Amino acid sequence: MFAESSLNVRNKRIQNLFRILFMMMTILLIIPVIIILGTLIAKGGSIISFDFLFTDPTNGMTAGGIFPALLGTIWIVAVALLASVPLGIAAAIYLNEYAGDNWFTRIIQLAIINLAGVPSIVHALFGVGAFVIFFGFGTSILAASLTLAIMTLPVVIVSTRESLRAVPQAFREACWNMGATRWQTIRRVVLPNAVSGILTGIILEVSRTTGETAPIMFTGAAFFLPFLPQSVFDQTMALSLHLFVVATQVPGVPDNLPFGVALVLIAMVLLMNSISIAFRMYLRGKKKW
Amino acid sequence: MSETKPLLQSPSVDFDHRNFDWYVDKFIQSIVFIAGISAIIFIIGIFAFITIEGFGFLLEDFSFREFFLSPFWEPSDEDAPEYGILALVAGTASVTGLAMIVAIPFSLGAAIFIGEFATGKLRESLKVLVELLAAIPSVVWGFIGLSIMNPLIIDVFDVPVGLNVLNAGIILGLMAAPIMTSIAEDALKAVPDRYREAAEALGATRWQVIYKTVLPAAKNGLLGAVLLGVGRGFGETMAVLMATGHSVNIPGSVFDPVRALTATIAAELGETAVGSPHYQALFTIGIFLFIITFLINLTADLIVRGIRKG
Repeated sequence: MFAESSLNVRNKRIQNLFRILFMMMTILLIIPVIIILGTLIAKGGSIISFDFLFTDPTNGMTAGGIFPALLGTIWIVAVALLASVPLGIAAAIYLNEYAGDNWFTRIIQLAIINLAGVPSIVHALFGVGAFVIFFGFGTSILAASLTLAIMTLPVVIVSTRESLRAVPQAFREACWNMGATRWQTIRRVVLPNAVSGILTGIILEVSRTTGETAPIMFTGAAFFLPFLPQSVFDQTMALSLHLFVVATQVPGVPDNLPFGVALVLIAMVLLMNSISIAFRMYLRGKKKW
Repeated sequence: MSETKPLLQSPSVDFDHRNFDWYVDKFIQSIVFIAGISAIIFIIGIFAFITIEGFGFLLEDFSFREFFLSPFWEPSDEDAPEYGILALVAGTASVTGLAMIVAIPFSLGAAIFIGEFATGKLRESLKVLVELLAAIPSVVWGFIGLSIMNPLIIDVFDVPVGLNVLNAGIILGLMAAPIMTSIAEDALKAVPDRYREAAEALGATRWQVIYKTVLPAAKNGLLGAVLLGVGRGFGETMAVLMATGHSVNIPGSVFDPVRALTATIAAELGETAVGSPHYQALFTIGIFLFIITFLINLTADLIVRGIRKG
């Protein structure tokens, strides 16, 4: 009685065809990357060791470890976070808690989108013009970190704003009704309820900052330095730039060395992203409202 | 009993809420306001500083004709330096174009599969995977182009050098695809479920729902995703620096090496003296890049806003 008409059968077939087509596309998008990651592990895995991570490069960077680059990346990321996290959170608080829905807010949003969209090398030029030359920081960790902080500011703003927005409006209203000021409400009610979401965004920013290369090339990261940085006014080596250097600039590097550097870099970035994602899922599961 | 307290005291005392907390609130409000407009300040600052550094070139050596129409980028020629970015624009355009040919169908296909076909655990894990792919740093992609794609292209196509438009295009495509997938999937998600339900109630298959209802409704968002992908490809630096072969060249085929605008700045800024015409010319390229990406982002934003209003 309900036998499928030929039209129905045909439509179903088309549906399945497209389903499979799009599934193949998704798979084709992912497969090359998995092959690439596999190759990185296969070629670079052998060199990763305690010594590789914690000794200096030797022999004109053709042997030895990556410790100064690793430490330099931690310096740069830490200083960048010190600048961008408070600024980004404050900006997000303004946008979500104070700003009205008007043309001015739209201009701010447009500026944030553009800040994220400006090419990284243009951020580098800005860093050179502003921090290295105009403010006189020279090529230093400070200049590199500030450049990166401005570049990754949108990451903090967007993720913080998202988690502020997730706090129900009723929470705020309840607090205002008790006679609290806007700031008291934000500090006692909104921020405590959004703090874990904000943290997720910060981890994401750490990951972004770790991998960036172009903005630090001319602002504070050096190809090779025989000493470790002592303050934020020193230059430093950095892991991302170190990969570029050993892959393209130094002759006679054994094959597995750049693969090893790439593996460490990608492992750091993916690890932090995974933590951020896992954290987000845990929070979603725990949510009370 | 004569001392009954009046219910309301004089309003000027009781309703004046300007106590200590009120001032704290105003103070914080002005601080977060400054933070809020910092993005605007930085955008203006970026434009101002790269313009200041490049200004000398714009005033003296810059000729519109030479800059945009000459294919010769020979800034270090001592007698007659030439600052033509035509070949560099061609390099950027060819690589970005090929990257989009790779990335657009795959990312839109993947977005449709993840957003409309996949369900439950599969959908969640695919989304996580796409997010992780988007996080791989560009210098790692460049290294992959250099060390894995390069020998592969030499082997497969039997060409002498594997660092060319094809290599960089594929690398850039793989790089841009996860980001475009995420944005496109958001655009699909923004289509209200009641549209789908209405179509399904009429007996449409899943594909008919997608093709006739979801895609038309999400059209602007998808276009925005593509534009942001173009912007991303246009501004990418490290990957194209390492994978294009880096020789100034208007490409005749995908096997020709090229050089991108961004890569030129990255490769040459370190070698030039601060304030020299060459140095200023690199900043002028920066101004050009800034304006182009600004326009791309603005257009993408306007297109995406279009649906919100309509």
